Amino acid sequence: MGYFESFRRTFTFIFVVVMPLVIITMVVSSSMTGPDTLNELREEYSQPHIPSVDHSKLTELQQNFTSPHEITATCLSCHTERGAEVLANAHWNWEREAYIEGRGVTYLGKRNLMNNFCTGILSNEAACNRCHIGYGWKDNSFDFDNPYNIDCLICHDQTGLYTKAVGGAGYPPMDENAPDFNQIVQNVGRPSKDNCGYCHFVSAGGNNVKHGDLEIALLNCDKDVDVHMARDGLDMSCADCHKTERHQMKGCYYGVSSSDDNRAHCSDCHGHFPHIQNKLNEHTIKVDCRTCHIPVYAKVNPTKMMWDWSSAGKRKDGIPYMIKDSLGNPTYLSIKGDFSWFTNVKPDYVWFNGTADHHLITDKIKSDTIKINTLLGSATDENSKIVPVKIHRGKQPYDTEYLTLIQAKLWSDQEGQGALWVDLDWDEALKRGMAYAGLPFSGNYDFVHTEMYLPVSHMVSKASEALSCEDCHTRTNSRLEHIEGIYIPGKSYNATIDTLGMMLILLSLGGVFLHAILRLVSWKKRQKIN
Amino acid sequence: MKKVYIYKGFERFWHWTQAALIILLGITGFEIHGFYAVFGFENAVEVHNIAALALVVLIIFAIFWHLTTGEWRQYMPTTQNLKAQANYYITGIFKNAPHPTRKTLLSKLNPLQRLVYLALKIFLIPLMVITGLLYLFYRYPYAGQIRSLGLENIELVALLHTIGAFAITAFIIVHIYLITTGHTLTSNLKAMITGWEELDEKNVDDNQQTPKNPKQYEI
Repeated sequence: MGYFESFRRTFTFIFVVVMPLVIITMVVSSSMTGPDTLNELREEYSQPHIPSVDHSKLTELQQNFTSPHEITATCLSCHTERGAEVLANAHWNWEREAYIEGRGVTYLGKRNLMNNFCTGILSNEAACNRCHIGYGWKDNSFDFDNPYNIDCLICHDQTGLYTKAVGGAGYPPMDENAPDFNQIVQNVGRPSKDNCGYCHFVSAGGNNVKHGDLEIALLNCDKDVDVHMARDGLDMSCADCHKTERHQMKGCYYGVSSSDDNRAHCSDCHGHFPHIQNKLNEHTIKVDCRTCHIPVYAKVNPTKMMWDWSSAGKRKDGIPYMIKDSLGNPTYLSIKGDFSWFTNVKPDYVWFNGTADHHLITDKIKSDTIKINTLLGSATDENSKIVPVKIHRGKQPYDTEYLTLIQAKLWSDQEGQGALWVDLDWDEALKRGMAYAGLPFSGNYDFVHTEMYLPVSHMVSKASEALSCEDCHTRTNSRLEHIEGIYIPGKSYNATIDTLGMMLILLSLGGVFLHAILRLVSWKKRQKIN
Repeated sequence: MKKVYIYKGFERFWHWTQAALIILLGITGFEIHGFYAVFGFENAVEVHNIAALALVVLIIFAIFWHLTTGEWRQYMPTTQNLKAQANYYITGIFKNAPHPTRKTLLSKLNPLQRLVYLALKIFLIPLMVITGLLYLFYRYPYAGQIRSLGLENIELVALLHTIGAFAITAFIIVHIYLITTGHTLTSNLKAMITGWEELDEKNVDDNQQTPKNPKQYEI
């Protein structure tokens, strides 16, 4: 027998057993998409936009504007069709047409919905509607059909000088604080983060109060905060993802939206199955991209997680007061009540299919906790995915007789108008608010727990920071602890099977052990006898 | 007593590779199940999947081997001596009574072993392979898409897989212990490692058969 002949068997085993194995493994774990996609996207989004028009060269704009309406008229004299486009936009109408199961076709939005922060705009328009892309929506008489009411500058100013006046119903300051219109109109361009952020970063009364994932820090952040908007990365603008055609922006905020259309998805750029590992691509059938890729939000500045209106209205020594925490965030304000703030918040997770319902001010209260908005979806619904949400909890006034939420009048520019923020009188504020809304109010009220669900979509982390398997596939502190309806290996188990299984193993061990002892004892006995 | 080459090369390779893979699958599998954290979930899954595919390939080869050599007949169940074998483990073994079943080349397994190994081969292993493959491939990539086998939920698959895992673990515990119940404490273990075992000479015809010619096994 030759030397190599003696190894023939070993070689045969390797070639017929090990090789097929390696081949099978390689086929199963082979990738579907290469990393090329990311590089192509980087290439595409690093191209700077070169404007075709230099507005400072237009003679139409070489004049001293005194009225903002005049500016709009001048814009529309060249951009003749843009006015009609804006008039059809949700940013303008603050409502969207949607079909909601059980309600039919609805027209809902900021215009008429309650929220869990400053509650609602009715009777407070002059203050809230500072963030409307128009001029003069101070009450129900606002003309939504007049394109000259459009505020072009709030979105298109590139100087950073343009502002809107507090309590000005969308107008800029018209007194000595008026911005330099001449300079602004000659430097208009595509909306940048600053434009969108002027309202969206500070909604609900301050930086990061509402969303938690949209805040001023995004204007100048690194990749640890947001991979897309990072200065050390592509420094993408909002509109790079919220693609806009004819003034219709892609994207929905489910505090006000209801239907699964016109949404901005990660897959718009990244495709549906962007991972090299197929197991991760399979996850995308049930798990939204954001769930793994936004492990925490409010990464820089805190966001408000709780707002209890019931304690509002107190005075100290006859005057309204404020309590701040060690970081300087107000935790109590006489005009607003108690808050709590958190940084680096882990999202909660819910099933969501892209449709939502809302608690209307006319809806009857049927439970201890009102869901101001309800994200619809379930494990058995094939359109549903697990998404990260910020759950903002609150306490709002409700009518103990009619069992409805109550819209309070919060703001006024003068005393004695019944505004809570001026007079600190709940009874009067509630009466005035409901009277303005044209809704019944019994005069009896208390406070009810409320919840609002805000999907977390921004502050996408670096891939290396994304959730790892153990964050969900674990029995203790799983991120998906409250997700029901699916079996998650490592997290889910059947207690009966586990108990019986462990008993079987213990019985086997015990039986074997006992048997061995008996053998040993009987063997020793025999030794003695012999 | 006479030294007999009782376990052939492939048989031993198959047995020990299978043992190693099943133990590896057990350790990683119960980690995936959430009992403890050793490798980390991701590594455990990766090792588990590779070991599982390796075991499937091995099983395919083992089936081929059993069929072509006729060794499958070793697992034909019999009631003969079944009670005696059970009595041996319950009482006889403590009195140093002789093994009720004589181990021969043609009949390596006692009636209890035949029953248990047969059950393992036709129920438990297929249960684990089928549920395991469903677990792995209930969603699978196809032409840049993710296709589904149509299972709405893998809960049933996962639970059946878990039940099987507990059963195999119990089997391994008892199996390892029973290694020590041969002629001597280590004779069974030695036989499975070297292939050679000292067998009773009473049935000389059986034991004289050489391992090189499989055709002679056929009864």
